[in-house]
Amino acid sequence: MTTSTAAIPVTLKLYASLGVFLPSGSVRNEAKVSVPNGTSVEALLDQYGVPREACHLVLLNGIFQPPASRGGVILKSGDAVAVWPPVAGG
Amino acid sequence: MGWNRKILRINLTDATIKTEPLNMDWAQKYLGQRGLATKYLVEEIDPTVDPLSPANKMIFATGPLTGTAASTGGRYSVITKGALTNAIACSNSGGYFGAELKFAGWDMIIFEGKAAKPVYLTVIDDKVELHDASQIWGRSVWDTDEWIKKRHQDPMMHISAIGVAGENQVLYSCIVNDLHRAAGRSGVGAVMGSKNLKAVAVRGTKGVKVKDGMRFLRAARDAKKVLQENAVTGAGLPTYGTQVLMNVINEAGAMPTRNHREVQFEGAHDISAEAMATPRKSDGQKNLQTNQACFGCTIACGRISKIDEKHFSIQNKPQYWHASGGLEYEAAWALGSNTGVNDLEALTMVNFVCNEQGLDPISFGATVSAAMELYDLGLLTQEMTGGIDLKFGSAEALVKCAELTGKAEGFGKELGLGSLRLCKKYGRPELSMSVKGQEFPAYDSRGIQGMGLTYATSNRGACHLRSYTVSSEILGIPEKTDPLATDGKAALVKAFQDATAAVDSSGLCVFTTFAWTLNDIAPQVDAACEGEWSPERMLEMGERIWNMERVFNNKAGFTAKDDQLPPRLTTEPAQTGPAKGLVNGLDKMLPEYYALRGWTSEGVPTNETLSRLAL
Repeated sequence: MTTSTAAIPVTLKLYASLGVFLPSGSVRNEAKVSVPNGTSVEALLDQYGVPREACHLVLLNGIFQPPASRGGVILKSGDAVAVWPPVAGG
Repeated sequence: MGWNRKILRINLTDATIKTEPLNMDWAQKYLGQRGLATKYLVEEIDPTVDPLSPANKMIFATGPLTGTAASTGGRYSVITKGALTNAIACSNSGGYFGAELKFAGWDMIIFEGKAAKPVYLTVIDDKVELHDASQIWGRSVWDTDEWIKKRHQDPMMHISAIGVAGENQVLYSCIVNDLHRAAGRSGVGAVMGSKNLKAVAVRGTKGVKVKDGMRFLRAARDAKKVLQENAVTGAGLPTYGTQVLMNVINEAGAMPTRNHREVQFEGAHDISAEAMATPRKSDGQKNLQTNQACFGCTIACGRISKIDEKHFSIQNKPQYWHASGGLEYEAAWALGSNTGVNDLEALTMVNFVCNEQGLDPISFGATVSAAMELYDLGLLTQEMTGGIDLKFGSAEALVKCAELTGKAEGFGKELGLGSLRLCKKYGRPELSMSVKGQEFPAYDSRGIQGMGLTYATSNRGACHLRSYTVSSEILGIPEKTDPLATDGKAALVKAFQDATAAVDSSGLCVFTTFAWTLNDIAPQVDAACEGEWSPERMLEMGERIWNMERVFNNKAGFTAKDDQLPPRLTTEPAQTGPAKGLVNGLDKMLPEYYALRGWTSEGVPTNETLSRLAL
């Protein structure tokens, strides 16, 4: 039975200049990590020291998370969080 | 000022060179480059003309800010009726050629007719001459550039040329300047080839005058500061280039994969900006050597790459061993995920070939992808491809196709038709991922809804640079909108289309608009040019240009039926990612778009609209 403190697996993807905040040994700009149940998107990024002001584009399972909601969105097992600093192309 | 007020008219049929004053009444309505040259074209050619006939004309046009101190002020465009699309074509390029043409004292060059034998043009300030091109006909863009500079003993010349693809009238051949910058889309290279015009070489020493020098320098300085302080144009683009989008768009579930059968590519990371900047396992070197700027640009998003010399694609091919123009996102997507190939070195090699031979890598990659689907379905066989095992994911097949297409050899001759004509030939036109005959760029419109309307209504056929709503829908610039929603997208697309038409007429690069609005651009135009150029006036001008292009297309035979997407996008839901279960909602957006434009339900501008825009 899952308890409120049980760890859940999520995938953290940090791209461009944010790649340096991934745990060592990460490949392809992503890492499988465990976080306590109840962790928010923002708390995950804080845990890995990703500066909040650098988190321009934050996608949870591909869906954009605006800055104001990142602290309130709770991660579920198997979620993928992908983050970029300000980037563009065309 | 800003304008040189002089144009060249080259009649290739009778080899005459004339000069004439720029029509300044038109310049006040259409500014320059895309808008002004399109005005000249629509006044001078029959819209139903065969684009590859001598009756078509082709205009190389600068903007009033081309060659000035404005950041990115190095752009020029090639305006003609497109060989691939039979629609209005305007292909825009950077590098240094455009600024050099302004320095030589000219605003544009109008080419008419067809030369009896291959020729090239030199413009050395006021000295303008046609020359025999028999020694460079059949040679690559790169060889042509080197040969002309040696022939004229001037390494400072800037040269815009076609490769063998343009000579062979490959329908999506492009015009390449400064070795790896290109007026890429709609087959402008085929039009140049049809005129037996191999190259235009320019050298200018005159500089460019502006109306109010001090005010212009202040406006340009203030605008550069905005670019520098913006995180995208000041850091993101120079460091990672456009290729940083590879993982973004894949994660957002809008990455066209295997001819748009899928919307996410398992090999995206292997061909991304991050991969280009990571040392290779094979030789410890990075694919990306450095970034590079075009004339006057303070962003510097260009990529310069070097391929591993031991890679299968370039063994015994020393012409590809040097550093040259590397992958931009559009090329990487079209050559990569859309063909299912995740070999970064092979994609870079094919990109080099596209520059060398003068091929649009978007349409080339998308045409190979369509052929791969035909092969997968058994409609093409290995015997029909001349022995190429044209499976999705085959880097070897992709490389072989690239080597054959520009030369119009073997199966390459069929690939040179573009995806629509190829798929029609094999009975499956719906497998061509195109609008008005031009292949889609790098965004699946099931995952980015506004891009479906962008593609459907683009005057030059499917294109991202006419209305880059990705900026808003994915990147949040200038403000975030929901990529999966259709509400509000008609107005968004119209706003992007009108503003972009204004930027494309100025001499500036559209990438500035990741940081600039017309409020940053108009003061620079106003300080450089006669007339009062406010942001509102520029936006109205953009709308005028859009409608002028539309009227040309209507007269060329295009109707609302041509503003449609292939059924794959509107009937086959995305299978993965955020857009899972969604198709593109073009049917919801298009009627609203027509209404906002002031067009009839058949997509024709009303008399009221034309009158309002002084058309």
